[in-house]
Amino acid sequence: MIEIKNIEKSFGDTKVLKGISTVFETGKTNLIIGQSGSGKTVLLKTLLGIHYPDTGTISFDGRIYSDLTADEKRELRTEIGMVFQGSALFDSMTVEENVGFPLKMFTKQTPKEIQERVDFVLKRVNLVDAHKKKPSEISGGMQKRVAIARAIVNKPKYLFCDEPNSGLDPKTAIVIDNLIKEITEEYDITTVINSHDMNSVMEIGEKIIFLKEGILAWEGTKKDIFKTDNEAIVDFVYSSNLFKKIRKAQNKEHGND
Amino acid sequence: MLKEVFNKPLKWSAMKNLIFKEVDDLIIGSLGIVAFISFFVGGVVSIQTALNLTNPLIPRNLIGFATRQSVILEFAPTFISIIMAGKVGSFITSSIGTMRVTEQIDALEVMGVNSLNYLVFPKIIALLLYPFVIGISMFLGILGGWMAGVYGGFTSSDEFIQGLQMDFIPFHIAYAFIKTMIFALLLATIPSYHGYFMKGGALEVGKASTVSFVWTSVSIILANYILTQLLLSK
Repeated sequence: MIEIKNIEKSFGDTKVLKGISTVFETGKTNLIIGQSGSGKTVLLKTLLGIHYPDTGTISFDGRIYSDLTADEKRELRTEIGMVFQGSALFDSMTVEENVGFPLKMFTKQTPKEIQERVDFVLKRVNLVDAHKKKPSEISGGMQKRVAIARAIVNKPKYLFCDEPNSGLDPKTAIVIDNLIKEITEEYDITTVINSHDMNSVMEIGEKIIFLKEGILAWEGTKKDIFKTDNEAIVDFVYSSNLFKKIRKAQNKEHGND
Repeated sequence: MLKEVFNKPLKWSAMKNLIFKEVDDLIIGSLGIVAFISFFVGGVVSIQTALNLTNPLIPRNLIGFATRQSVILEFAPTFISIIMAGKVGSFITSSIGTMRVTEQIDALEVMGVNSLNYLVFPKIIALLLYPFVIGISMFLGILGGWMAGVYGGFTSSDEFIQGLQMDFIPFHIAYAFIKTMIFALLLATIPSYHGYFMKGGALEVGKASTVSFVWTSVSIILANYILTQLLLSK
């Protein structure tokens, strides 16, 4: 479980995060949604320790990040897996070297053990014939799978994904979404996904927090989205005609039309 | 920045592989162009000297002497370093810059890897072999000068070799290699800095490479002036 309390973050005179508090639950896919510029990426990077919050605390299963020593922070980072928006695979390495990298750096496993684990996770993400290929030689969807494999190879407790579907076709996006959800349940990890893809939200969002201009404007489950009267989230979600139709149909079903 | 760069690496076995890779990219990969330029510039220095010796009272062994002095004191250490600022420096800036743009550096940091140490330290260690490149440049520059002088009919081999041995001051070799080590440090750190701290996208990677080349060259020229003043003036 990751608990954040009153997180604020400014860049110069611009206040990007304005006192955000919430809990990301273990074994669930937690989604951060919001318009571009709402502070989603800054919040995710703050959770990852890439940005330091001006005020507030971030607690990983009771361990308050700012109170940890440098060694404890390093130890905590080995428990984190991250899937970047552009996959962030190392260009100079092959697929299997990319996936085995965290094991090589942070464990004392033998090359044989590393290879076995790499083979296992690549099979888990349904990637079997790309071991020796470089990231530039595989498709965007395959790169995302490699990134997921690299994120889970060291059995993380926390998985962060920044726009995991960006640049993917709808079918591949669903495959990636489902893979993340399955892995979250299988490994019982705390997954935090940054997204503005409403299909993802409705597909895998178990807990959703909605940011608007750096403020946590709404939180709830995907079912709650259809019932809420919160203007900010309604305005965001139903900017899509498809969702307008779904809401209309649902309201009709419940006799609210 | 430098404190982070010289921190203890997470795993020496991984660092060892990175150092070998950098030696291959930065040192071995530069030998071809350095050899080519050194050989022909050495030849040109020899011909130019010969063509300017119009007074018959000036001995022809001056061609070998001038070639040796030019190549050892300035051409090999300084001008090869400027060429390396373009080749190796741009490579370092663009490779680290691309890693920044594509979030690969963020990925290293999130994993708990000290990215400055991981990316810059192996380059600095690899460039400790830079004097080896300059040594080859000196040898080939003088060889090119000898071939151009002798086979161009400007001097005899004996005269050229006599010139090479004339008034030889061993400290000049030390001076050249002291400069080379300082330039190696500049070649590793300035381009790394410009790549690591760049912001923006692909266009900015190109701009960062250019800026890095300019600053590395300027630093080499200034360091050359200061070191020459410090080491050679009496």
